Amino acid sequence: METGLFILFGAIAVCGAIMVVTRKHPMASALYLILTLFAVAALFVLRQAHFLAAIQVIVYAGAVVVLFVFVIMLINVPENRLPVERATTTRVLGVLAAGVLILESAVLARRFSMPRIPAAQVGTVEAVGRALFTDYLLAFEVTSSCSWPR
Amino acid sequence: MIDPSAYLLLSAILFGIGVVGVVARKNVLIILMSVELMLNGVNVAFVAAGSYLGDAAGGVFAFMVMTVAAAEAAVGLALLIALYRLKETIDISELKVLKW
Repeated sequence: METGLFILFGAIAVCGAIMVVTRKHPMASALYLILTLFAVAALFVLRQAHFLAAIQVIVYAGAVVVLFVFVIMLINVPENRLPVERATTTRVLGVLAAGVLILESAVLARRFSMPRIPAAQVGTVEAVGRALFTDYLLAFEVTSSCSWPR
Repeated sequence: MIDPSAYLLLSAILFGIGVVGVVARKNVLIILMSVELMLNGVNVAFVAAGSYLGDAAGGVFAFMVMTVAAAEAAVGLALLIALYRLKETIDISELKVLKW
């Protein structure tokens, strides 16, 4: 059951991500980005990280992508003035470079073994909040200074 | 129980697709979206590692990454609008004022 859901949402996330980088019009990319972000949120739920799944939907799908869609509609580049994409050789080289990167990470991921600690409740609001406001309080406060009114 | 390396592999694939978007596209909007994809791939690794190791630090760092991603999108898109008003293009190869 868990494996099936992981494969399903992982496949949705990867397909959505591929569509994001291959669509010509940015609006189509933005809509596929929402799909990917929701699939990643579902993966967070599979890992019992309910707080982060909620934040993922609210902050990413609800705020960041809305900002993207807003800008796409605001600047409204006409279809015939979208940038002409790079030559095929450059794109193939880009895909090859990323393929090497993925392969390297895959080899590392295989060699890296984590101890199988039985699923602790570390993704709940209580656990994340407790860590955020005790051990990581300084990091939290420094981050919040990013949004100081100027 | 799913093997932890499956999550790390998925995270690497999402990050790699984001890299393709950044190096192979010319549309600034799609490049910014690809950066979001890369940050999401990193978040998958953080959350998976945190939950497998039973440490809340994974969730906390994923939270920090999301904060930075939201700020980055806001700043990047504001720069893009300012540039579009000036140059009327969203082609990354025409935005080379800082290139030496």
